[in-house]
Amino acid sequence: MSAGHADRYSEIEQRVRALESLLVDKGLVDPAALDRLIETYERKIGPHNGARVVARAWVDPAYKQRLLADATAAIAELGYTGRQGEHMVVVENTPRVHNLVVCTLCSCYPWPVLGLPPVWYKSAAYRARAVIDPRGLLREFGLDLPEDVEVRVWDSTAEVRYLVLPERPPGTEGMSEEELAALVTRDAMIGVARVAPPAARRQA
Amino acid sequence: MNGVHDLGGMHGFGPVVREPDEPVFHHAWERRVFALTLAAGFLGRWNLDMARHARERMPPAEYLAASYYERWLWGLERLLVEHGLVTPAELEARRRDPRSPVAPAAGVQPLRAEEVDRVLARGGPAAVAVELPPRFKPGDAVVARNLHPVGHTRLPRYVRGRRGVVERDHGVFVFPDTHAMGAGPQPQHLYTVRFAARELWGPDASPRDHVYLDLFEAYLDPA
Repeated sequence: MSAGHADRYSEIEQRVRALESLLVDKGLVDPAALDRLIETYERKIGPHNGARVVARAWVDPAYKQRLLADATAAIAELGYTGRQGEHMVVVENTPRVHNLVVCTLCSCYPWPVLGLPPVWYKSAAYRARAVIDPRGLLREFGLDLPEDVEVRVWDSTAEVRYLVLPERPPGTEGMSEEELAALVTRDAMIGVARVAPPAARRQA
Repeated sequence: MNGVHDLGGMHGFGPVVREPDEPVFHHAWERRVFALTLAAGFLGRWNLDMARHARERMPPAEYLAASYYERWLWGLERLLVEHGLVTPAELEARRRDPRSPVAPAAGVQPLRAEEVDRVLARGGPAAVAVELPPRFKPGDAVVARNLHPVGHTRLPRYVRGRRGVVERDHGVFVFPDTHAMGAGPQPQHLYTVRFAARELWGPDASPRDHVYLDLFEAYLDPA
């Protein structure tokens, strides 16, 4: 990190400290509530939630049907509701269709199932390119899609939030729901990756 | 507004840089900005559309140079001042002196720790329980209007004037363009509209690919 970076961040740190102390002293925020908010998104809510949704859909055809018909209700069955997941839609990857999620205008993301978005999802490069060059972008992520696969890009321009239901990888027959959930990655649920078969995962 | 936040289709930002095993927050101050923004939002003085619009108003060169939580910090300071919860003088004084005197805020109920789980689980649905006749139905050919409002909008530049097909009617939702500007929710139908990649990006795009956007009725005309 350059000295310039360090100066910039120490200036921001100071600004944030000043803002927080001001809001606390004015009675506008409660420090304990701040800690609770941070703890929630740092420890409790994350892609492991979405992975459970995906694994359930893989093993339970009736659940998958409910998930594709009314994702908000089906996801709530597993206890995941609320902020930035009030209106959920799940889109299914198949051998013919690959789905990719972006928010070109800000960084909308389905918090209750994926947690807070990674830096790359919020980056100008991803937001700019996902809609105009999804295939080039996916190649950078290691996913070279054949021409005959349709790419569907979902730009989260309103309050609907999207989760990709990835394809269940081969070699997972007989695995439990819990074992399957452990295979599912955040990137696969955004649509920039496939879920790797268990053997490939062990080698990686 | 035709702001630099409307990034869809722009060139020149280079490859998408990923970080293995990325932490949720990279600096302690990011945690605080995140939590301060949520907690202050629960004071109810502004809505989420106003918060997005505040960040969009960051000057374009600053916006592009800033990290995500720097934009949140900029937006939060702006909202607090614009809604009269802090003054610029108080902010300035506190940066110089951690014990600068402040006037306590009157008539506010800060979010309490024991309320956090409940309010997050409840969320803030943008759907509105009113019956309005939809102007469009799935399968209808539509064209996105060529609008350039100076205020907030969720109609990206790259679809304006382009033809698509209604995929789905989500029902009636709050309209961000007016909601962000303090001009009311103006509830209306929200549709997912499918655009062919070639309609948006020309003959170099794949003939198979599509881009789907959630667009409000006021953004659309019959094609």
